[in-house]
Amino acid sequence: MARLIINGRTQEIDVDPNTPLLWVIREQVGLTGTKYGCGIAQCGACTVHIDGVATRSCSFPVSGAEGKQITTIEGLAANGMLHKVQQAWLDHDVPQCGYCQSGMIMAVAALLKEKPKPSDADIDAAITNICRCGTYQQVRAAIHAAASA
Amino acid sequence: MNAMPKIDRRAFVVGAAAVGGGLALGFQIPFGPQVARAQDGSPEVNAWVVVRPDETVVIRIARSEMGQGTMTGLAQLVAEELECDWSKVSTEFPTPGQNVARKRVWGDYYTTGSRGIRESHENVRKGGAAARQMLIQAAANGWNVPVAECSAASGVITHKPSGRTTTYGKVAEAAAKIEPPKEVTLKDPKDWKTAGKPLKRLDTPDKLTGKQVYSIDMKLPGMLSAAIKACPVFGGKVRSFDAAKIDGMKGVKKAVQVDDSAVAVVADTWSQAKTALDALPIVWDEGTNATASTATIAEFLKGGLDAEQAFVGNQKGDVKGAIANAAKTIDAVYSYPYQSHSCMEPLNATALYTAEKCEVWTSSQDAEAALAATSEAAGLPVAKCDVHKLLLGGGFGRRGRSDYVTQAVLIAKQMPGTPVKLIWSREEDMTHDTYHPITQCKLVGAFDANNNLTGLHMRISGQSILAYLAPGRLQGGRDPATFQGLNPGGAEGVFGYDIPNLLIDHAMRNPHVPAGFWRGVNNNQNAIYLECFIDELAHAAGQDPLEFRRKLLVNHPKHLAVLNAVAEKAGWGKPAPEGVYRGLAQQMAYGSYVAACAEVSVTDNTRLKIHRIIGATDPGHAVNPAQIDRQVAGSFVFGLSALIYGECTVKDGHVEQTNFDSYNVMRIAEMPKVESIIMPSGGFWGGVGEPTICVAAPAVLNAIFAATGRRIRSFPLKNQNIRTA
Repeated sequence: MARLIINGRTQEIDVDPNTPLLWVIREQVGLTGTKYGCGIAQCGACTVHIDGVATRSCSFPVSGAEGKQITTIEGLAANGMLHKVQQAWLDHDVPQCGYCQSGMIMAVAALLKEKPKPSDADIDAAITNICRCGTYQQVRAAIHAAASA
Repeated sequence: MNAMPKIDRRAFVVGAAAVGGGLALGFQIPFGPQVARAQDGSPEVNAWVVVRPDETVVIRIARSEMGQGTMTGLAQLVAEELECDWSKVSTEFPTPGQNVARKRVWGDYYTTGSRGIRESHENVRKGGAAARQMLIQAAANGWNVPVAECSAASGVITHKPSGRTTTYGKVAEAAAKIEPPKEVTLKDPKDWKTAGKPLKRLDTPDKLTGKQVYSIDMKLPGMLSAAIKACPVFGGKVRSFDAAKIDGMKGVKKAVQVDDSAVAVVADTWSQAKTALDALPIVWDEGTNATASTATIAEFLKGGLDAEQAFVGNQKGDVKGAIANAAKTIDAVYSYPYQSHSCMEPLNATALYTAEKCEVWTSSQDAEAALAATSEAAGLPVAKCDVHKLLLGGGFGRRGRSDYVTQAVLIAKQMPGTPVKLIWSREEDMTHDTYHPITQCKLVGAFDANNNLTGLHMRISGQSILAYLAPGRLQGGRDPATFQGLNPGGAEGVFGYDIPNLLIDHAMRNPHVPAGFWRGVNNNQNAIYLECFIDELAHAAGQDPLEFRRKLLVNHPKHLAVLNAVAEKAGWGKPAPEGVYRGLAQQMAYGSYVAACAEVSVTDNTRLKIHRIIGATDPGHAVNPAQIDRQVAGSFVFGLSALIYGECTVKDGHVEQTNFDSYNVMRIAEMPKVESIIMPSGGFWGGVGEPTICVAAPAVLNAIFAATGRRIRSFPLKNQNIRTA
């Protein structure tokens, strides 16, 4: 049994403690916005926040997340208002296929919390998520827009 | 060569099921008292348009949406002719089963070769125009006035003489009963108000909140999940597996043999299925391909560079004579490696089989082919099968093939009545791709004593995609797709340079590794071979690479126009910032004319920084310039990822790269500034999802030469001691 606090809601889940958090979120909690891309923490499609820190959940055992505050893409908007990163993404029409964008948005939201006005170099260093559609130019523009929102 | 799989069956299976089909303005919709209805009961005005009483409009989209924006573009074209309110538009995908049942009213579903818009714009515009006429007619009938006195705008119909108005939502039910017009007149694109505009995509909001359901996210009551492993060596088979070893593992239901070559484990969750599959002992019969390696494949291809027999793609004059009589010849050999598609959403499909029916939920670039595959694997007629298409988490050509659908059905067939979701691991995805084909190319250029280019021989040796995927489409053994961008004529990809003596030919050499369509397809390497060698020839002749090309392109003004556009915007001929060097490339691909000018700097001959790439595209008509802009930038990322990092190597018959740690791709830090020039010249319809991909790499390579004097002819750059700064 693992006791998980996901998007503010506490749940008891019957699961092997070594199971990657990603699959618990997707298959047992049923929140599918967090994506599987590589399973080895290379692509970032599975990024969630654990106690506010951007974490690649595909390579993070569920046991390590017990009792901590887990936020997924479904929990990013608050009180029916899009998070400023989501709003900037909407304004800049960022996604193409969109599959990597949950993880991209979660990574950017964590970056802006740490560095409210990131430079291009900050973005280059912090945002290493893979987008095969190649939305990077829109992503960068939207990050700067969210930072000045 | 090993036995080729029968993959190109869509035309046969689906075509046979839909005998008598054909597109007409009536769209075979029953009229009179029988009205076709959408699932929510709202009336279909015709196959493309449903209008609800609340004035919202649903536009049916046959082609797939994988990020390229076609769904929004096609909706814009329908909405343009329909004269509806764009803010009230949504879309839905009719299933291929519905298409077959309605005699292929929506036409082709396949979404490959940058065809989504260029090959269906006329159908969808006519659909929108016919619906508009029917809606206006219905209003006129209701008012008992001549239809010529009525017009529509933004979903509101006005009777001009009286000033009366009504709305689409109010007359849709009546319009659905009207006989469709025999003919419609389409708007002149210069009068477009919705099409041609840089509108935002319709599918963005749900992609920002986790709400968008991709096929990997499918949930059905009682659904189980499956993980799969196929023989690592292509062509190999399953000899045995020891299911007892995973008995009792948590959640595991069954280990099943899927076909000759693959084993799957079915469990409550995919995580459990994957854990059990990794623990399952499988003995493979690797077959005769197990000795193949990158070196043996390269040697095999090398033999084709000077082989006697070759298929001709483009020929003019006497190239051998020109070379023999040349004052000077230049030659070079290039090669291009295998590439993996690596869509961000690994391949997956959910299947529910019973003896009476088989349904599949999946992301496919060719839902009709997926339906044919479902029918064949299930052993049920097409009429008892259907495929529900979801948005794709990337396609890039990989999802035009339905192997994963076949597997899902073969697994589900062993558990009748239970829906099973098959997900490939990233490792399975990368090691069982249909890879960008491998080729080499030998080029020889001949100059006369005045440095005029008198001859060019371009000999391609290597793999044919059609020989693997669709041997029935070979022409007397020749694969016409090999010559993308190098053709003497046609509407797809015309070779732009006028050279008095020319020979472009292909010695087909098919290694055992499966080849497939990969964004840009053969344009990728053809543009590198040609555009880098043209650059070599320009330097050998002591001429500016732009001026050299301009002279040779004088009879192809559209090729020339895009090249001039990028050169002008880059300031070609004027000094670049210190340490920055420029390179050019042009090509005609998928009916569009494209060119690029790259600006790079190279530090210590090893550290590459791509500062900026200007890309120009003339697609004839630009349905949504904002989305074209994104396709240009995105295509550059795909092409440059391959140039910098991409290579699938072969050892003991299998592909060595298994994940993004060994098959790296570009990240945001490496992204150059992309400036796109969209210059539609009208009169034709070209694609936009792929064309520009092929000019990024040669433009960068030519800029690297300008910076370093080094000609790189074998890729990726990481093997040439060049990495990104």
